[in-house]
Amino acid sequence: MSSVRRMKIALAGKPNSGKSSLFNRLTGLKQKVGNFPGVTVDKRTGLCQLNGHPESEIIDLPGTYSLYPRSLDERIVAEIFANPHHREYPDKVVLIADATNLKSCLLLLTQLIDIHIPTVLALNMVDLAAKSGLSIDVKKLSAALEVPVVLINARQGYGLDVLKKLLAEPLQPSSKKIFSIAPEIQPAVSFIRKEFLLTSDYAAYQYLQQTNYLNFLTRQQKESIQEVARQYGIFPGKYQGAETINRYGFIQDILNKVILRLPDPEWKKFSYRLDSIFTHKIGGYLIFFGVLFLIFQSIFAWALIPMDFIDRSFAYLSTYLTNTLPEGPLFELIAKGIVPGIGGIAIFVPQIAMLFAFISILEETGYMARVVFLMDKIMSKVGLNGKSVVPLMSGWACAIPAIMATRTIDNWKDRLITIFVTPFMSCSARLPVFTILVALIVPDNKLFGFFNLQGLALMGLYLLGFLAAILSALVMKFLIHTKERSYLIMEMPTYRMPKWSNVGYTIVEKTKTFVFEAGKVILAISIILWVLASYGPVQDMNGAKETVQNDTRNLGLTKQAFEDKVAAYKLEHSYAGIIGKTMEPAIRPLGYDWKIGIALITSFAAREVFVGTIATIYSLGSTEDQPTIKNRLKSEINPETGGPRFTPAVGFSLLVFYTLAMQCASTLAIVKRETKGWKWPLLQLGYMTGLAYLSAFIVYQVFS
Amino acid sequence: MLGNGKSVADMIPGETAIIAGFSDPELSVKLLEMGFLPGTAIRFNFTAPLGDPVCVSVSGYDLSLRIAEAAVISILN
Repeated sequence: MSSVRRMKIALAGKPNSGKSSLFNRLTGLKQKVGNFPGVTVDKRTGLCQLNGHPESEIIDLPGTYSLYPRSLDERIVAEIFANPHHREYPDKVVLIADATNLKSCLLLLTQLIDIHIPTVLALNMVDLAAKSGLSIDVKKLSAALEVPVVLINARQGYGLDVLKKLLAEPLQPSSKKIFSIAPEIQPAVSFIRKEFLLTSDYAAYQYLQQTNYLNFLTRQQKESIQEVARQYGIFPGKYQGAETINRYGFIQDILNKVILRLPDPEWKKFSYRLDSIFTHKIGGYLIFFGVLFLIFQSIFAWALIPMDFIDRSFAYLSTYLTNTLPEGPLFELIAKGIVPGIGGIAIFVPQIAMLFAFISILEETGYMARVVFLMDKIMSKVGLNGKSVVPLMSGWACAIPAIMATRTIDNWKDRLITIFVTPFMSCSARLPVFTILVALIVPDNKLFGFFNLQGLALMGLYLLGFLAAILSALVMKFLIHTKERSYLIMEMPTYRMPKWSNVGYTIVEKTKTFVFEAGKVILAISIILWVLASYGPVQDMNGAKETVQNDTRNLGLTKQAFEDKVAAYKLEHSYAGIIGKTMEPAIRPLGYDWKIGIALITSFAAREVFVGTIATIYSLGSTEDQPTIKNRLKSEINPETGGPRFTPAVGFSLLVFYTLAMQCASTLAIVKRETKGWKWPLLQLGYMTGLAYLSAFIVYQVFS
Repeated sequence: MLGNGKSVADMIPGETAIIAGFSDPELSVKLLEMGFLPGTAIRFNFTAPLGDPVCVSVSGYDLSLRIAEAAVISILN
């Protein structure tokens, strides 16, 4: 039986109008995040059962004020509505408007009416509107627009049954024509409309107004449209200002008739009072740093409990599989390559989930807009933007979701700089490396009997990463030139309590993105690295057991110690070992030997692999036990000096290297995707690694 | 020059004025879309600690703007 085509319903509206709440309400857990074809814009879709109908597909479009996009995300909205043949072109649209702030919400609605698409107007936050004293004649509003109007409260679920019922029934587009196209360009509009089989003049008008933003057009089509536009003297944005004024005039006329009572100007008093605290000269920054401290505390203390559990579980699983599976390369790959690879991804889930819980709460309450407000001046001094704060903060957990969070930055230069410097923020994968090296070289003493020296060293490393990010941004500010202007025109939403289910959905969505986006790269690289570290020239590898046996015959080793020795021998003679030895001359100036070289190579899947590699190469088997590794590293002798291998100079050099170097293949993959090419990820790799090398060199030479 | 030569950047916290026009065509289309319409009232709420950006109320909601952006909105008062 052929399945009936699912009805597509798009949710449109400006940011902060409650679109996500409505989407979560309608779709519940039946939602997923994908990509719009050809562009890196998150496409959130879900299924919803309408009264007595098969499930409909709900698409949550990026929040936008109008069909004229201001950021990358918003372009997709113009693209979909301008093209009735678009795969995502909806059958019906729900326009969500914040009832307390109707005027600016209706701009997009007037454009949708002109596009001639069936639309329902959902007036959201009716509870707040009532509280503010606002009173609207809904029937009159609906009649004036020829669009059905539903009162909802997306947060509490009020009015959703009415909305669903309405969407299940046949819906006609409004016959209103709000914006009249200038008569002198009407022939051009009619020509385009016929040429592209469009359903409205206004869609054709969009082709002429923003040709370059419509990515579904081929180059030839764009050229022929631009040719028509030239003939009629149309250039991008020519009529946009007049159009907006015209539309707002129409909206104001309607509002004058339908608003029965204006909101009491006092209703935002509480929000303003909060603003006087949160954006206070001193208090504002103190509160912000308090929030940062709380986030830090949660990522680095509370998240460790579940992380430890995940770590142990995967280590146990790997050991269990090694012991139970039959011998053979495939089973070994599963037990020692794939399972630890997946473990290496899963271990970061608690930190990422916690970080996004915080970010989501800050956004839900409206506080995030105040952070942007507080930080914009400072950030723009170094070539960043107030909106760079969230990505940089996310960078402490993981650069991958952080780089994806830069999409909210409208200005390309600001966004690019943010993407470029975010990997300097010390992510959670660096922490295991930091912990072990700091424990090794910094004494566990208290400074002035109060500050723990190791804690101070760790803080210093985070500060170093942050300073590297800021200074690099400053340099890039002067190197990159752009005609596009940076601006910050942003709504300051009224403070609200967070809606916890929205927070939950965000956590699930971001964690999923991390697991799948970063996960596939981490897994692939860990398998490659496992192969490199397990295989080598046949004659060396086959003879491993015998050679080690001959060398250690008189030592009376236990079986475990013997096997650890074999593993170390195999790693030394594997391809990874060969690469490590070959690159030794290059890393010698930093104080490293080939053993550390191997650890640097294996770190490329994820930095924390350093610890595991070091454990293997020093014949500790697969232990991740910190004191054991620490003691072993302490006793390692440098044959050239006769002193310890890991002197403070080597340790500090390694710490600086790990702070600054780009050692994360999944970050590079994301940067490539977000910047649409290899240029930026390669520059980033070269710049960060070069800076790391140089800094580690200086540190080693100064300290030794 | 529209208005009396003053812009939103010259306003002080708590002050209300009427928008006269824009001195920057590129930015004006964006400002118009956000509800900065000639003839509408604008209220200057407060500034960020470093004096930039600023928070204003216009068309029924609150927005933040950089001083450079506020300077292109000329006012009558």
